[in-house]
Amino acid sequence: MRYFTSEFLIERNKDRCINCGVCARQCSNEAHYIDLDTGEVKSDETKCVDCQRCVCLCPTNALMIIKNPNQTRDNANWSQQAIREVEMQASTGGILLSGMGTPKEYPVYWDKILLNASQVTNPSIDPLREPMETKTYLGAKPTQLEFDEEGNILTKLPPTVELDTPLMMSAMSFGSISLNAQKSLAMAAKECNTFFNTGEGGLHKELDQYADHAIVQVASGRFGVSKDYLNKGQIIEIKIGQGAKPGIGGHLPGEKVNVEVSQTRMIPEHSDAISPAPHHDIYSIEDLRQLIFSLKEVTRYKKPVAVKIAAVHNIAAIASGSVRAGADIIVIDGFRGGSGSTPTRLRDNVGIPIELALAAVDQRLRDESIRQNCSIVIAGSVRNSADVVKAIALGADACYIGSSALIAMGCHMCRTCMTGKCNWGIATQNPELTRRLNPEIQYKRVVNLLHAWNHEIQEMMGGMGINAIESLRGNRLMLRGIGLSEKELEILGIKHAGE
Amino acid sequence: MKVIDAKETYFKTLNDMVFDALETEDEVIIANVGGQRYIGTGMDAGKSIIVQGTPGNDMACYMNGGRITVKGNGQDAVGNTMNGGEIVIYGHSGDTVGYGMRDGRIFVQTNVGCRGGIHMKEFENCRPKIVIGGRAGAYLGEYMAGGVILLLGLNLKEGREVIGHYCATGMHGGVIYIRGEYSDDRISPGVAVLEPNEDDMKEISDLVRDYCKYFGSDYHEIMNERFTKLAPTSARPYKNLYARNEAFPLS
Ligand code: SF4
Ligand code: SF4
Repeated sequence: MRYFTSEFLIERNKDRCINCGVCARQCSNEAHYIDLDTGEVKSDETKCVDCQRCVCLCPTNALMIIKNPNQTRDNANWSQQAIREVEMQASTGGILLSGMGTPKEYPVYWDKILLNASQVTNPSIDPLREPMETKTYLGAKPTQLEFDEEGNILTKLPPTVELDTPLMMSAMSFGSISLNAQKSLAMAAKECNTFFNTGEGGLHKELDQYADHAIVQVASGRFGVSKDYLNKGQIIEIKIGQGAKPGIGGHLPGEKVNVEVSQTRMIPEHSDAISPAPHHDIYSIEDLRQLIFSLKEVTRYKKPVAVKIAAVHNIAAIASGSVRAGADIIVIDGFRGGSGSTPTRLRDNVGIPIELALAAVDQRLRDESIRQNCSIVIAGSVRNSADVVKAIALGADACYIGSSALIAMGCHMCRTCMTGKCNWGIATQNPELTRRLNPEIQYKRVVNLLHAWNHEIQEMMGGMGINAIESLRGNRLMLRGIGLSEKELEILGIKHAGE
Repeated sequence: MKVIDAKETYFKTLNDMVFDALETEDEVIIANVGGQRYIGTGMDAGKSIIVQGTPGNDMACYMNGGRITVKGNGQDAVGNTMNGGEIVIYGHSGDTVGYGMRDGRIFVQTNVGCRGGIHMKEFENCRPKIVIGGRAGAYLGEYMAGGVILLLGLNLKEGREVIGHYCATGMHGGVIYIRGEYSDDRISPGVAVLEPNEDDMKEISDLVRDYCKYFGSDYHEIMNERFTKLAPTSARPYKNLYARNEAFPLS
């Protein structure tokens, strides 16, 4: 017997529907079908995940997906979702898996921080007419420079990379997303002179041409990691943790490991790709140092090495240890960050918000006088350019965007990436579905997004009377809290609005 | 051939010297090695290093080809994420030998530490192999996704087991061959314990022959024992562990 019903209802406006069957062809969840007796299109709403694909493609706007009004009795404690999850586990006995970042109502500190603008003194700058620098350099910076008599720099400079904008594409592996999706990100990174990140799935040969804009990741499973791969990337990122699932590894199910994924990850077809929770050669900061330097050795000290850690309780101390271990870039991934597949309980309960983690790490590194030894990159739900400006003022050098870039390519946040049936051709390896995402079209949408954000960043900087992003970096005087407690303000290192 | 003296040389300086030497030479002998890390990192095919002394951790990481001979003991993470080539160690080796190794061969004359061959994997024509003359510590072949581990258990001290605890935990590919007796409770319940078939015996005998060639042991004496084969029962060990939340779970 069935213990629960569908979460959504599919409403088909019969006056508009022309029985063309587009919805039936588009829905990989088979929520629409053509009744062979009558030729009419019908729906089975129990299969719908509200990805909005059919709604967007219906030529007559006949479809609407609505929340099923059939509800259990109102209960502030036992929400509908809480009940469903218990029922689901009673039916399956399984660990609950979800896609994307947590939908729970945790505080979003970005929305409780307000930006400053110049009035009268230190006049604002109009970015349309005056130069406004958003160029960003990632990597360790020297503490001092020595010059010879001709003015040439004598100090050996650590390797850095240059971005035109403080925005990069978050790690999303080929396997968790389609090649077309990854390619779109790579093309956008190239056009905007920034970087995309291979994730832990290796670099597909078709993306070799974008290697100048690639960050190559090394995770515990070491998929696709070789001397060649490491030397192709411009930054090497050691993935210790991910904001959506701190403390656990990854697990790409065998059904997603097709020929192409297997070749890129360098593993057999259809076998599960398991990334263990820890790197088994890292049990301490000293061991992390060992891995960092093995990567520096194999790339002859020519590439910055980043360490990506999930924002957890002791993040400031962990970041400090990682910098001392030799990381040139610290990546902090907040707990609202996305994921192709994550145990629901971890996604919804483990980790801390990126805003607090960032403020704590930046402050700690300053207090210890090692802030210049690394750049800080943050990830974990950066939704718009204001989030970026606030992050930079809190101390970040750059932001990774993941979900926003996917939304630019059509993702509608249905949170079922783990099923591998993404109707938008993103989180799937099914050729029928990946075909729907044309990199030539989608990369432009990502480029549009980055350009628009960069303009907005310039506008906001101009408003503050700042003309170079370097002057905004760690400039917490530009921030004020709204409705925050003393403690929150203290951690964020900002004053309250009105102060 | 070039000889480099590693005495009291910082690892980075030493590796720069070795790297430069291998640009022009095919063989480099490093004398007086005392714990310097990363020797032979990313070395390519056609090159050879002879290490005299005790190399530090991560020797031969990301090694692509060629050969490293160690006249001494290896430390931790020998052949980490190795892609090809051969390592022969005249002594023992530390933890995580061959971590994530994808191809090539490692021969260790005596024992290895914990987590030997962890997450080894095979792919197309790549099939990594580790031969251990003595015994192995706990978690041998953990998460193993491919390749071969051959454990010979030679010269075991009275009362010592050839394998440590939790052998082959999470194994989902590849094979482990164990020579001689061992306690069943040391093997992870998720793997199949099998009799080696003809192909397996051929593979074992080829590796033993090479082991004897390198270390001068008696081939017949080694082969004159029972071998056991451990293999995964599934390439998808965690398949039924999950339920899809936020999608209708029964569809
Ligand atoms: S799953 Fe998506 S395509 Fe299918 S019916 Fe629901 S909204 Fe439409
Ligand atoms: S990537 Fe696809 S499956 Fe995942 S949330 Fe977006 S639309 Fe849904």
